[in-house]
Amino acid sequence: MFIDFFQILRRHGLKTSITEWLDLLSAMKANLAFADVEQFYYLSRLILVKDESQYDKFDRAFSEYVDKVAKVDVTDKIPKDWLENALKRNLSDEEKKKAQQLGSLDELMKTFHERLQEQQKRHQGGSKWIGTGGTSPFGAYGYHPGGIRIGQHGNRNRSAAKVWDKREFRDLDDNARLEQRGFQLALRKLRQFARTGAATELDLNGTIEATSKKGGLLDLKWQAERHNAVKIILLLDVGGSMDDYVYQCEQLFTALKNEFKHLELFYFHNCVYEGVWRENSRRRQEQIPTEQLIQTYGEDYKLLFVGDATMGPYEIAYPGGSVEHWNEEPGEVWMNRLTRHFEKVAWLNPQPEGHWRYYMSVRMIHNLVGGRMYPLTLAGLERAMSTIK
Amino acid sequence: MNFSSSSQYVVSQELATAVNAAVTLEKPLLLKGEPGTGKTRLAEELASALETDLLQWSIKSTTKAQQGLYEYDAVSRLRDSQLGSEKVHDISNYIRPGKLWQAFTAKKRPVLLIDEIDKADVEFPNDLLHELDQMAFHVYETGEQITAQQRPIVLITSNNEKALPDAFLRRCFFHYIQFPDSDTLKAIVDVHFPDLHSDLLDTALAMFFELREVPGLKKKPSTSELLDWLRLLLVEDINADELRKSREQGGVLPLTGALLKHEQDVERLAEHARIQRR
Repeated sequence: MFIDFFQILRRHGLKTSITEWLDLLSAMKANLAFADVEQFYYLSRLILVKDESQYDKFDRAFSEYVDKVAKVDVTDKIPKDWLENALKRNLSDEEKKKAQQLGSLDELMKTFHERLQEQQKRHQGGSKWIGTGGTSPFGAYGYHPGGIRIGQHGNRNRSAAKVWDKREFRDLDDNARLEQRGFQLALRKLRQFARTGAATELDLNGTIEATSKKGGLLDLKWQAERHNAVKIILLLDVGGSMDDYVYQCEQLFTALKNEFKHLELFYFHNCVYEGVWRENSRRRQEQIPTEQLIQTYGEDYKLLFVGDATMGPYEIAYPGGSVEHWNEEPGEVWMNRLTRHFEKVAWLNPQPEGHWRYYMSVRMIHNLVGGRMYPLTLAGLERAMSTIK
Repeated sequence: MNFSSSSQYVVSQELATAVNAAVTLEKPLLLKGEPGTGKTRLAEELASALETDLLQWSIKSTTKAQQGLYEYDAVSRLRDSQLGSEKVHDISNYIRPGKLWQAFTAKKRPVLLIDEIDKADVEFPNDLLHELDQMAFHVYETGEQITAQQRPIVLITSNNEKALPDAFLRRCFFHYIQFPDSDTLKAIVDVHFPDLHSDLLDTALAMFFELREVPGLKKKPSTSELLDWLRLLLVEDINADELRKSREQGGVLPLTGALLKHEQDVERLAEHARIQRR
């Protein structure tokens, strides 16, 4: 059943599984979308699609399928004996009489065929309709949106087609799948649990020890819950060439925020100089001296840079090289100060690793962080995490 | 079973299809959508439509899957043993059934709402896979097997803070509650404020949809905010003319606080209005 539909969906890049497929079939069996193509659309979307970003793909696939089905000549596809039975059951007495007047079954079939043809051409009201689902053997065919046309009133089909042709979910479609969950799982590698906060958990070992010391008299001991104690400073390159990677950075940031309680975020542009800032809109007014960053946060903080490291080499190597202001000391001096203070450092680069060697600045930064530069992908993040662990 | 709009709650055809399919095929229904589009309300309405109980399990960042099954209260038992209570010999006195257990053993097929599943740890949905699939679990302390008398109707809501694992999604039906169009919204307002002047409603809705179109808002106002706003307009006795006037002037809407929840959004709106006027 619906093998074509399944194939079309897969071809449009929807990862529909067999289980979900079977679910849809049992839904059809339970008559949840009988003889209504719009219902069928909602139902199949409900069962087969699991993320609103995939809705648009589904709409396109569905549209293709419906178009394809519309081309099928129903009368050719239905076995003759079904038609005979259906005719007998569905014709009114008057029509039956008329049919007898027509004489042979062949002629009757011809009339029936003509009616169907006419119907497909004109999409017209139910009065002329022959098969009206339910009791007719077309019921079996009613599983099929092509068959669903039988027994519909008016041009309902046409109005329904709009639902998926509207493509309301286009904005939500994004070729890059949400990577957040993947990122988050990669970040779990960097867990170091420590007990901080209020003692709310029963300390079993402590209780046993204390109780036995008191000769069996119960002495409850409590301890704080475990939390991830890893502390992270995130230095994020903003503006310019980084605008292309905003989405990836957002995903990473959300994942980081969910995983780490101690997360400090600062921004810089292209290369780190004497000042960084916390809020991008106030970068001119409220800069925090990089020196202060080094003094405030201990070396147990892990330093994570995110940037494409694509700039003019002089922006790293020379005083006054910054494109935005006059810097007394070259960027590499500041980079060295940071990497000397923070032991655990990694640089995540959203550019594909294959492109790195074409940029001199990327090679320079790569050296400045001691080769600890990784691409901002799932695999890259995993490598970065094991470096700063 | 045919779930449809009631006197308090408006259901779109898509949503009705989704709920009916989930109820009939006994699959959990995962609901996503902008905050304030009535995900949690749906469960309440469904329960009252079916005249059954609603079991609400609100998930927090510290919630563990096990808590939904049962909890073993070792501390009470330890204390009772010190006091020489008779209860202590039967371990089942210290097993506290969780929401899932309650749902499995309910007399009438209940509605179980697992609210905001994305708040929990990333592994949380995976830990519930088997229980939601088989509708059964094992109690290790007593060796008991808890099996569902009848499969409860499970509704799960998510605000998209965390992505859910594929294996979990495969077992659910998924519906994204879209923001209602103006006709549906009118129907929703009618249900809540039956005696609202139609011209006030028209103007208010037009302004509301314009507001949603303002680019760069951190949180677009949703249905529940619209209802709050209308309530305020009624209380403050603002009529349609006043509303229209402030709209024509392109100024800030009256009582914006009900609609916009971020300081930056209010600034953003003022800025947008300035640009429009130019």
